[in-house]
Amino acid sequence: MKKHFYPFIIMLALVLPALPVMAQDDLLSLLGQEEEGTDLVTASFKTSRVINLHSLENTAKGVLDFKISHRFNTVQNGLYDFFGLDGANLRIGCDFGVTDRLSIGMGRSNYEKTYDGFAKFKLLRQSKGQRNMPITLALFGSAAIQTLKWADPNRDNHFSSRLYYTGQVIVGRKFSDGFSLQLSPTIVHRNLVATLAESNDVYALGVGTRLKLTRRVSLNLEYIYVLPDQLAPGFKNSLSVGFDIETGGHVFQLHFTNSRIMIEKGFVAETTGDWADGGIHFGFNISRVFTVVRPKEN
Amino acid sequence: MLKKCILFGLLGLFASATFAQKYYTREGKISFSSDAKIEKIEATNKSATSVYDSESGKMEFAVLIKAFQFEKALMQEHFNENYMESDKFPKATFKGMIGDYKSVNLSKDGVYPVKVKGQLTIHGVTKDVETEGKFVVKGGTVSAASTFEVAVADYGIQIPSVVRDNIAKTVTIDIVVAYQELKKGS
Repeated sequence: MKKHFYPFIIMLALVLPALPVMAQDDLLSLLGQEEEGTDLVTASFKTSRVINLHSLENTAKGVLDFKISHRFNTVQNGLYDFFGLDGANLRIGCDFGVTDRLSIGMGRSNYEKTYDGFAKFKLLRQSKGQRNMPITLALFGSAAIQTLKWADPNRDNHFSSRLYYTGQVIVGRKFSDGFSLQLSPTIVHRNLVATLAESNDVYALGVGTRLKLTRRVSLNLEYIYVLPDQLAPGFKNSLSVGFDIETGGHVFQLHFTNSRIMIEKGFVAETTGDWADGGIHFGFNISRVFTVVRPKEN
Repeated sequence: MLKKCILFGLLGLFASATFAQKYYTREGKISFSSDAKIEKIEATNKSATSVYDSESGKMEFAVLIKAFQFEKALMQEHFNENYMESDKFPKATFKGMIGDYKSVNLSKDGVYPVKVKGQLTIHGVTKDVETEGKFVVKGGTVSAASTFEVAVADYGIQIPSVVRDNIAKTVTIDIVVAYQELKKGS
């Protein structure tokens, strides 16, 4: 009886230490589960603009994004003015990432010789993992100053009449790798308007989306609904469609839009083109980024 | 007879506990560089995990693609978005063997050149790789290093023609890890 017992002990002694060895097919599992970090969702849009609207994206910290934008004349005159390319509105400007949450920027448009400046702060950032945040929410504020010579210098002109302000909440989500959607409730304040029928404060709701067609090309759509009875007759809601083409350090945004002004007070409240009768402008934004402040080695 | 057997069994237990020596790190440094005509691209990851079993010669690595830090933020975004598709393929891994692991005495100071062979998985594609590396034992601490080249196309990573001169076809990968002994329960 006792004799049968020995082989059993021997076997046990041999097998026991061998057990962990057999379970070691995957060595890394010995380290156990890694701590799950928070993964910020990136690249909801290829650049910081949808088309005219500011997108969910900010310029990365220490990066200067130099932007040149053009909106040509309407395409409706055909070949005579080369589908609008004979004349252009343009804006030259740059965005700068102060932190990963805060971007500032400025620009100058030839339309009414306007300077603009803005700040954009990401309050919430879409993320997954340890901290799960379904949306990105940014606050945006801008001011624009029109510097045309006074139309009537003999009048009592106020400097404040040149100023325009915009406040905006940008809220959205990258739903999948290829689809992002954002809403932009907007208020544009104009110190001076042309007629009593127009309101100084214009409330609007912008919606922007992008669909990725390939890894480097996306289709962008943008519509800005201006709440009724605020603008003079003849002003339209802004509708734009375009493509983002990204080539390394550049993003080319090519689009068709019925807005000819590239800052908020213009494309929200002063859009005159009508898609129905060819009042469409071809345009582009070119973005080139420069890393001005290099991230510190950690 | 019974005593002998128990003794033998205990000895076996003891011996396996001392010889099954494993080393690990969670802070391995993996960097790569692409040296193309127009641009030099470099990125570093300081949170690679690795385990080495000196008894079997087996070695494993895992690295989170998103943890590669670039100097330019946009490069990092494009690396993850366009090339590595790191949402789909969050990790790169290596599973392999040290060729002549028995010649490496990790309890004795010295530099031990070794051959490494195994499977490298990047961007969801697994390839057999073979390269050279070394173990360095100094003052009781064990580290390992290797440098090798990887052809980007082998792992299904496409480089569009517009950036052909910006991204090299083969990138050089540098690995430096300082190992710690893996103790039971750590």
